[in-house]
Amino acid sequence: MTFKRKDGRKADEMRPISAKVGVVPNADGSAMYTSGKTIAIAAVYGPKKMHPQHLQNPEKGTLRCNYSMLSFSVSERIRPGPNRRSTEISKITEWALEPVLMINQFPNMVIDVHINIIQADAGTRCAGINAAAMALAHAGIPMRNMISSISAGKLDKTIVLDLDKHEDSEFNEGEGSTDIPMTFTNDGKLTHIQVDGHITKEQLKEAISLAREASKKVYAVQKKALKEVGEQQ
Amino acid sequence: MTEENTRQIVIPGEVIAKGDQFLPGEGTEKRGEEIVAIKFGLAEEVKNLVKVIPLSGNYQPRRGNVVVGKVENVTFNGWILDIGTAETAFLSLMEVPRYVNKDELDEVMTIGDMAVVKIWGINKRGIDLSIKSRGLGRIDQGIIVKVNPNKVPRIIGKEGSMIKLIKDETNCDITVGQNGLIWINGDKIENELFAKKAVLFVCEKSFIHGLTDEVKKWLEENKK
Amino acid sequence: METNFSTTANITGERIKQYLREGKRFDGRDLDEFRELSIKTDVSKNAEGSASVKLGQTEVMVGVKLDVSAPYPDSLDQGNLMVTAELLPLSSPRFESGPPKFEAIELGRVLDRVVRESKFIDLKKLCIKEGEKVWTVFIDIYSINDDGNLLDAAGIGIIAALKTARIPKYDEAKEKVLFGELTDQKIPLSKNIPISITVHKIGDNLIVDPTKEEEDVSDTRITVGSADGIISSMQKGNSIALDVKDLYEALDLIESSYKTLLPKIEKFLK
Repeated sequence: MTFKRKDGRKADEMRPISAKVGVVPNADGSAMYTSGKTIAIAAVYGPKKMHPQHLQNPEKGTLRCNYSMLSFSVSERIRPGPNRRSTEISKITEWALEPVLMINQFPNMVIDVHINIIQADAGTRCAGINAAAMALAHAGIPMRNMISSISAGKLDKTIVLDLDKHEDSEFNEGEGSTDIPMTFTNDGKLTHIQVDGHITKEQLKEAISLAREASKKVYAVQKKALKEVGEQQ
Repeated sequence: MTEENTRQIVIPGEVIAKGDQFLPGEGTEKRGEEIVAIKFGLAEEVKNLVKVIPLSGNYQPRRGNVVVGKVENVTFNGWILDIGTAETAFLSLMEVPRYVNKDELDEVMTIGDMAVVKIWGINKRGIDLSIKSRGLGRIDQGIIVKVNPNKVPRIIGKEGSMIKLIKDETNCDITVGQNGLIWINGDKIENELFAKKAVLFVCEKSFIHGLTDEVKKWLEENKK
Repeated sequence: METNFSTTANITGERIKQYLREGKRFDGRDLDEFRELSIKTDVSKNAEGSASVKLGQTEVMVGVKLDVSAPYPDSLDQGNLMVTAELLPLSSPRFESGPPKFEAIELGRVLDRVVRESKFIDLKKLCIKEGEKVWTVFIDIYSINDDGNLLDAAGIGIIAALKTARIPKYDEAKEKVLFGELTDQKIPLSKNIPISITVHKIGDNLIVDPTKEEEDVSDTRITVGSADGIISSMQKGNSIALDVKDLYEALDLIESSYKTLLPKIEKFLK
């Protein structure tokens, strides 16, 4: 018996994904990433002199991420302004990106990454990280590797890939839903993982390896989007 | 990669070449036997030296580059210019071809003035500029066009052939800054706009072969 | 951090004025010409209505959300309207994160007046139960790429988003809006479309739809919201005084621009 999800997907099936690079002409680098109904855009400005001066780091550059959702990106309008969730996700995004950024050569400088969610159907932090990674490469920032983000999880007892909003917030059969967003480098290292739910160590291992495989598909789409814009340059 | 000087677009983390004979050039890193890209751009291999030529991103300053900049600040002994880099670019009053009194700095160049300058030094403190040679100094008239600095080699062309073609056909003086800022000075506004359009055309079509002929054709057709 | 600190070069300002005196602009346009317009609607599907507008390289996104609440005490039989704008740091190196600066506040308030004073939305028809429950229309504007004239682009976005928006289902018994379940009902709108058009004075000349470069050297500007010849709102910005004759010339320019823009906008909303 194959486990069927509300939108008809199989347990190990991702939502359709797409990407485009160069969507904000003013930015040094920019990109858009779409996963199912979730749409994220990211723009990079930098490296540039860090202001205020007291925040400058004389040893290496600073990465500063700012994640924010447009008020109408969700069903119930979000009042404009920062909130705790977006502050946390901004930091998580910094931690996911920093391991691959080679910013030792930019002392006293800052690289600003702005991520905005245009439409949300869960997986927004993953979409934001994917867009940000492409935007950083587009901006010519030196990076050790590309990074690709995807979430895996569990619905009742079944390990699944890429939870959508219904699954993340409304599914409550049996053991409920567990969401595990993760980010991998193209050579398989983890730069970010969070768990939100109820899961055993064995199930977690299964989820991680499912996500690792899926991250390769994300990588392929990111690479294609960068190469497409490269061809036009 | 094959033995010829083939070029392919690469992204960070991508393996460009494998083998002990290859050496890591700019934009790459050697990991074991592999040469891996650490920047997004065009991979190029010449005589076993593998490098990545950036297609986008900010201007990377180099000694000897002639660039176009804007005066941001006047200090007691020089001018601070914005040349599109994160590092501060400074023109000392000692690097001006004539004697400048400490009180007349503002008259030589003031905030908002554009100038053609040369980079003579890059160090930890920043970038040192000079306007001592010919063709350098404050810009008094004309227009400034901003392009992707990575397209500058195409705009200049082989031994300056492309830029000369545009200059001749549009009857304008054109100075191309390595930082992507181009100064166009024409006797008539129509000519300046024509030259600007020509430069932007080169940028748009920069990736095609036989670009010089395409541009020649375009200039003929649009001459009016 | 001052919002309007111009970073344009001195010669650029001079040259722009020279060009204008000869009837030319840096991008080859005429002084009364708008850049290429493109409108996409339904770009954000959790919104009840949405649009993305491009004017040349300038891009804005506008979303319409609806909710049910109590009416304001001085308009017990009418729905509510709230227009806010955010200049995203994503859209320009000049914008920073943080609370809205004056530029964003002015943009929101000017466009609020354009929509409100023109009575484009029939707020009385948005009343569910007088004195108790009315619909509130939230219009949120976001800049995506700033190359000048965010205001007029956002104004067009508002029209497109409002025209294509649909009202969500309202469960009267549970007193809950069923977001995600849309009715076929559209927002009650007037037939006369209010367009905001901004005219800038640079040196001796008047232009419409400035690029960022032109905006930086603009001496003063005037934004007019009008629908079919009736002016419902006006705002003059920046610190240089305006000759009355220039004002009248600007009004003529706005009238003719309206006639050119309206069919272009309607074409996208077919």
